Amino acid sequence: MQPLRAPEGRFDRPLPPRRDPAPSRLAYRVDRLWLTPMFRRGLRVGLPVLLVTALVGGYLADSGNRAALVAGLADLRREIEERPEFMVSLMAIDGASEPVARAVRDMLPVDLPASSFVLDLEALRASIEQIDAVENADLHIRPGGILQVTVRERQPAILWRNAAGLQMLDIYGHRVATLLDRSARADLPVIAGEGADAHVDEALAIFRAAEPIHHRLRGLVRMGERRWDMVLDRNQRILLPEDDAVTAVERLIALDQAEDVLGRDIASVDMRNDQRPTLRILGGRTAEFNTINGSETGVQTQ
Amino acid sequence: MTDLYQSQRAMRNMRRAAMQRGVIAVLDVGSSKIACLVLRFDNLNEDRGDGLGSLAGQAQFRVIGAATTRSRGVRFGEIDAMQETERAIRTAVQAAQKMAQTRVDHVIACFAGARPRSYGLAGEIQLADGQVGEADVARVLAACDVPDFGEGREVLHAQPVNFALDHRSGLGDPRGHVGNRLSADMHLLTIDTVAVQNLLYCIKRCDLEIAGIASSAYVAGIASLVEDEQELGAACIDMGGGATGISIFIKKHMIFAEAVRLGGDHVTGDIAKGLSVSQATAERIKTFYGGVHATGMDDREMIEIGTNCGDWEKDRRKVSRTELIGIMRPRVEEILEEVRAILDAAGFEHLPSQQIVLTGGASQIPGLDGLAARILGQNVRFGRPLRVQGLPQAATGAAFSSTVGLCLFAAHPQDEWWDFEIPAERYPARSLRRAAKWFKDNW
Repeated sequence: MQPLRAPEGRFDRPLPPRRDPAPSRLAYRVDRLWLTPMFRRGLRVGLPVLLVTALVGGYLADSGNRAALVAGLADLRREIEERPEFMVSLMAIDGASEPVARAVRDMLPVDLPASSFVLDLEALRASIEQIDAVENADLHIRPGGILQVTVRERQPAILWRNAAGLQMLDIYGHRVATLLDRSARADLPVIAGEGADAHVDEALAIFRAAEPIHHRLRGLVRMGERRWDMVLDRNQRILLPEDDAVTAVERLIALDQAEDVLGRDIASVDMRNDQRPTLRILGGRTAEFNTINGSETGVQTQ
Repeated sequence: MTDLYQSQRAMRNMRRAAMQRGVIAVLDVGSSKIACLVLRFDNLNEDRGDGLGSLAGQAQFRVIGAATTRSRGVRFGEIDAMQETERAIRTAVQAAQKMAQTRVDHVIACFAGARPRSYGLAGEIQLADGQVGEADVARVLAACDVPDFGEGREVLHAQPVNFALDHRSGLGDPRGHVGNRLSADMHLLTIDTVAVQNLLYCIKRCDLEIAGIASSAYVAGIASLVEDEQELGAACIDMGGGATGISIFIKKHMIFAEAVRLGGDHVTGDIAKGLSVSQATAERIKTFYGGVHATGMDDREMIEIGTNCGDWEKDRRKVSRTELIGIMRPRVEEILEEVRAILDAAGFEHLPSQQIVLTGGASQIPGLDGLAARILGQNVRFGRPLRVQGLPQAATGAAFSSTVGLCLFAAHPQDEWWDFEIPAERYPARSLRRAAKWFKDNW
């Protein structure tokens, strides 16, 4: 029979005759616990995740650590940005006149040399295109750290006199620049009146049609933001219709060439009714006109 | 009786829970070895296209872990030293779990001993509405008059084996039949309560839930009898280490089970005494040179006993194989004669088929079939367990019949009395369910 009583002291302890293959109760339980799928997954995935979270959270809980981390990251970022490969040192402007180029240079928000990460080319392009004289701009950074700006300027096509002064407009009616002196651009025709800039293309067509009388033409005036008046020298006015002003001009030219209408003492020609041009005789010449009329018709005037 | 009904029902529920989880362990607590298999139940509805699963639907499970350890503290198929047995169970379960790489919580156990005793029960009822329903089956089973099997006995199996309706007997499934008088035969197997309690305690101590217990003789019969033998009638002799189980099958039902409290360990003990060697040496000599038929050749075959007690003269002894056989044979004959007596008492000679199948570890003695044929009858064969999926080669021998049978038992348990709803009149008087049933019947 195997001994049933508990061992009493160190000399009384029975020596184990051979190794017992049976696991102890604790080993058995641990083994079973380890074979539990949930426990295993929790230990293999959950525990590392928890540990890492705790470490990171513990580190970030201190505001000093957080600030140091942010500063370190910013330093790193700046270091990379300021590498010579990414620096822009020059700005080359093509296709711009001197004043426009100067304006473009002034628009660059940072001082060169600057990192290409700092430059917002899209915003810069938008602000350059805000300049009236610039039609569009194309920006890119060339190898070698050169900011290449290719500008296409607006071409002035017409002058517009308004309350502010004399403006140069392109063919789309967009302001190009202010002109101080009319004689500086004597080659450009002049328009005036409220809302004239919105109808530059029509005005240009009228000017083209009035080419035969261009030496007398002083300009066009927009009347009531609706129609054009053509102003000739000697204060003659041609009232053009709202629609189809070019045809009216052509008819007036034909009339002038046939009858020399414009060479006479006429204050204005009203072309608004295309069936019947209406002339107004200059103020002081009405009596003379009546005399002429009377002698021709035989009616005696008082 | 209701007590037992409830506990068996609880085990069935536990088994169902284990099936849902998909992993269950079977534990064969034998006198010479404790074997543990871990089964995985999956793809329960696997369809191969021919309407049959592999092994004709027997193989719903796969053995994913197997471990065997030398049994300690078990004698005659009963637990003798609780601590030792618990440790042995722990060893086997842990090794099987390790091989399976999973944890098992539910275990189905079997054991050979605890003096199983068979009773044939008969019950009869009058059918109320002329047709047999689900409830009538439960009622007729409850109507079986239970014999007085004495104090300290517990019902292990209570299987309905036959139904008869009026004058028609041998009905497999009486449900839906029309008749007036339904009678049932039930096979009841009782065992010692103490032995079961000891086993349950050991298993509880290993943190395992018990999902069923079975008699080793019964499950060995399931595993080693082929279908025809189970149908036509056969006896399975499961010769284990400490006990020899006998189960008789007919019409695919066990109708009798008993155990002889003699087994291979007694043969080993005889050799140890006769040759004055240790038990381990005797076991080795028995395994290598054992037999039951001496021939002239065996006189000349000398066996080195090869003990190491330190006495040179004693250690260098040699015996002839005839001497060894002379020691073994009387004991084997004794076992078989005991079996014969039990078979006679059970009325085995009245069965249509007299097939006897020898299985279990002790049935591997060479020449046993000849000896058994002389004592038990002419139709003797050796049985090996059914092949189940994933079973290691080492566990396919005759010694693992009951282990494999337990797997089949876990997968397809036979109907037992407690699988049917308890009839209403057996409930306590104030049962709520009875009130509910009354409402259901009358409204």
